[in-house]
Amino acid sequence: MAIEFSDSISIVLCGAAGQGIATVETLLTSALKKSGFHVFSTQEFMSRVRGGTNSTTIRVSTNRVQSYCEKIDILVPFTREAVSHVKNRLSSISCIIGNKKLFESNSDAQSCILVDVNYEAVAEEIGHRVYSNSVAVGVLAGLLQTDRQLIAGLMADRFQSKGEKIVNNNIEAVKRGCDLADEIMSSNQLPPLPSLINQPSVSSELYLSGRDAVALGAIAGGCNYVIFYPMAPSTGVGAFLARNRLKFGIVSDQTEDEISAINKAFGAWYAGARALVTTSGGGFALMTEGLSLAGVTEMPLIIHLGQRPGPATGMPTRTEQGDLELVLYSGHGDFPRVIYAPGTLKEAFLMTQQAFNIAAKYQVPVIILTDHYFINTSYNLPSLDYENTIVEKHLIETQSGYQRYQFTEDGISPRGIPGRGEGFIRVDSHTHTQNSQITEDPVIRKNMVDKMFKKLQQLKEVAIKPNFLGNSEDEVLVISWGSTFHNVKGAITELGKKGHSLSYLHFSQVYPIHRSTSDYLKKAKKIVMVENNATGQFAQQLYLEFGIKMTRKVLKYTGYPFSIEELVKELEKELK
Amino acid sequence: MMVNSSDFDREVEVHWCPGCGNYPALKILKETLTDLNITPNNAVIVTGIGQAGKFSHFIEGNMINGLHGRYLSNALAIKASNPELSVFAISGDGCTYSEGGNHFLHTMRYNPSIVNIVHDNAVYGLTKGQASPTSEIGVKTGVQTLGVYNTPFNPIAVAIAQNASFVARAFVGHAEQTKEILKKAIAHKGYAFIDLFSPCVSFNRINTYQWYRENTYYLEDSYTPFDQKEAIGRALERSKLPLGVFYINERPTYEDNIQIYKNDSRPLWERDLSKEKLKTLINSFR
Repeated sequence: MAIEFSDSISIVLCGAAGQGIATVETLLTSALKKSGFHVFSTQEFMSRVRGGTNSTTIRVSTNRVQSYCEKIDILVPFTREAVSHVKNRLSSISCIIGNKKLFESNSDAQSCILVDVNYEAVAEEIGHRVYSNSVAVGVLAGLLQTDRQLIAGLMADRFQSKGEKIVNNNIEAVKRGCDLADEIMSSNQLPPLPSLINQPSVSSELYLSGRDAVALGAIAGGCNYVIFYPMAPSTGVGAFLARNRLKFGIVSDQTEDEISAINKAFGAWYAGARALVTTSGGGFALMTEGLSLAGVTEMPLIIHLGQRPGPATGMPTRTEQGDLELVLYSGHGDFPRVIYAPGTLKEAFLMTQQAFNIAAKYQVPVIILTDHYFINTSYNLPSLDYENTIVEKHLIETQSGYQRYQFTEDGISPRGIPGRGEGFIRVDSHTHTQNSQITEDPVIRKNMVDKMFKKLQQLKEVAIKPNFLGNSEDEVLVISWGSTFHNVKGAITELGKKGHSLSYLHFSQVYPIHRSTSDYLKKAKKIVMVENNATGQFAQQLYLEFGIKMTRKVLKYTGYPFSIEELVKELEKELK
Repeated sequence: MMVNSSDFDREVEVHWCPGCGNYPALKILKETLTDLNITPNNAVIVTGIGQAGKFSHFIEGNMINGLHGRYLSNALAIKASNPELSVFAISGDGCTYSEGGNHFLHTMRYNPSIVNIVHDNAVYGLTKGQASPTSEIGVKTGVQTLGVYNTPFNPIAVAIAQNASFVARAFVGHAEQTKEILKKAIAHKGYAFIDLFSPCVSFNRINTYQWYRENTYYLEDSYTPFDQKEAIGRALERSKLPLGVFYINERPTYEDNIQIYKNDSRPLWERDLSKEKLKTLINSFR
């Protein structure tokens, strides 16, 4: 049976690249959030600049909404291909609102409620078809009872730079759209939509994407150097920091290749900067020798890796969690590292911030694993706790005779930088002595490796605990990591409404794994792992670390994220 | 405080073969730094892999001995993070023109104020005698048993064609002239590239000290290094190889272009995050 989602309305905008879906999304989500509704949006798009078929799902809700559902209440098609593109998500309660030419002869649309609205014709009456998108914003905002004054203000802000005439025409377009919404509602063409309640306190909340959260976390972590070679879905983080570079004194470098990127990050940290590299799996693969260099030289490094389906070019604008084993095993030789995989926007902000301090303190590479879905999904949240974050530099002023790799009890040698103090900062890619001289001495070699792994012991102590939700008496324990958090949680909530109680363990740090994990695994009668990859890479890690196998693995590797509906269906299988 | 050449000495065993061109190269660098009063604390020597890549182990001061081919990326970022440091990027022809070819091409475009010295001995020393990108056609090695058939890389012509801002060639057998060229490179604002002939006495029996003495000449005093076409012409000469400064093209440096040092000369490590600005940025999402 279909899930009702009675506290929310799901709107899908679907059309070709270049038609301005993103503009409609930006204006509409902003208007809805500022009107006091909880809002979620996620984009799926093809790897092309013009044409094709892309869609954005916007969920508007009385309650906090952070997960993806397939259900469509309102579809706004921009092309003839739109309806068929989302046909598997349409049902008898879906309303298609748009120019009837785009759907009247399409059999996929026939079970839906069809409302003919010609956005373009209205736009042309105002002066140009370019205003069609603003008419559509007006229709949707009108149907959702958005504050109309507020939308006019948003239009003015958005189009201010284009002059008074354009601003006024867009405001007029939105107004006409709202009037059309009134007509649609008064003519009873639509079934009653779930009635939503807004709350004034939501209107001043933040509305962010995963990309924004990672980039803001980097700034809060004291990032002052960002280096990248453009690659979906990671480029947005670099572009965000590049746009803010002069404000925050950030060196922003779109470099010749990823090999250079990682080696520049290395040089930057060596000289005392706090560098971030942002890339995807293919780019990271090129960086792995540099990762190994950071390993032996005990250099801090921060790499944000936005995953997309591989192997090789794979599906550039789709999603997957297929690079966990890559980041875990990459780089020749043994050396410690840390891998974060935030599940929420709040985690993405705080963990990226913390990554800089952990890297600086323990002098290891830290990898932040996100994916296309996480990067391109947005929702509102009350705040980001930047006030309680601290930028920890962990740098010393060196004395004469300083040795960069001095043996210490905890394996951490105080880190100096060139140009500060009397000592020399000598860093060597070979196995080295305490003062970085090449050595082939077996005792020094062993001591240096042991020194690195003393740090891994401490990194285990500061590992982030997995997030446990539920009741330890539950028979089924669901496990997932990274970006799947909200969707798995959403599915478990829906199952709860049906009277099923499942507990949930989510990992936002996937290496090293917090030791409390062992207890959860041992207690669970059945364990279901949910992963967006083909082989269950994290399930394999848990097996290697704790010797416990999953009862079932729910794996998806189509290039698309899990929806609440399909997770409910999959998890129900273990309840029978 | 005056700098002594001995300030750059290290009490470690030097690993090069007796007679290696790297010995005079090391001496020339130490003496030049001393002459210019650059202290080991202000300099950073960044090297790659190869016999020349070991250079940083045998000179006192700050250093990175990084990966094969990647030292220019390390060096550029050090300069961009702290423009007060004198950054010397030193490695060999294999590291720079082969493994790191892409970084060589692009570092010229960035134009950071670093000095790039490439020891060019036309052979791979560390891996024991294979051809290098600058080996002449026909040279036989244990791998290239029928002789090299790949066209030699012409680093000087490439650098001039790329509009590198300072392009020179020197020979370690001529210490005084090489020091003068090096001093000009250090004084230059922007990327300064020196292809340094440095004989490999173990694996290259053709390009010996004697061969370089006989097959090179210095660009005339009347030569002005500002004409790109003329400089390319000189770079293509093969009968006798010119030494000296081929080309200078003054232009804004990478440190200038990134602008963050325009109103605040402090290196990145001295700076702190403005929470006020962060607050404003976060609030822009409300």
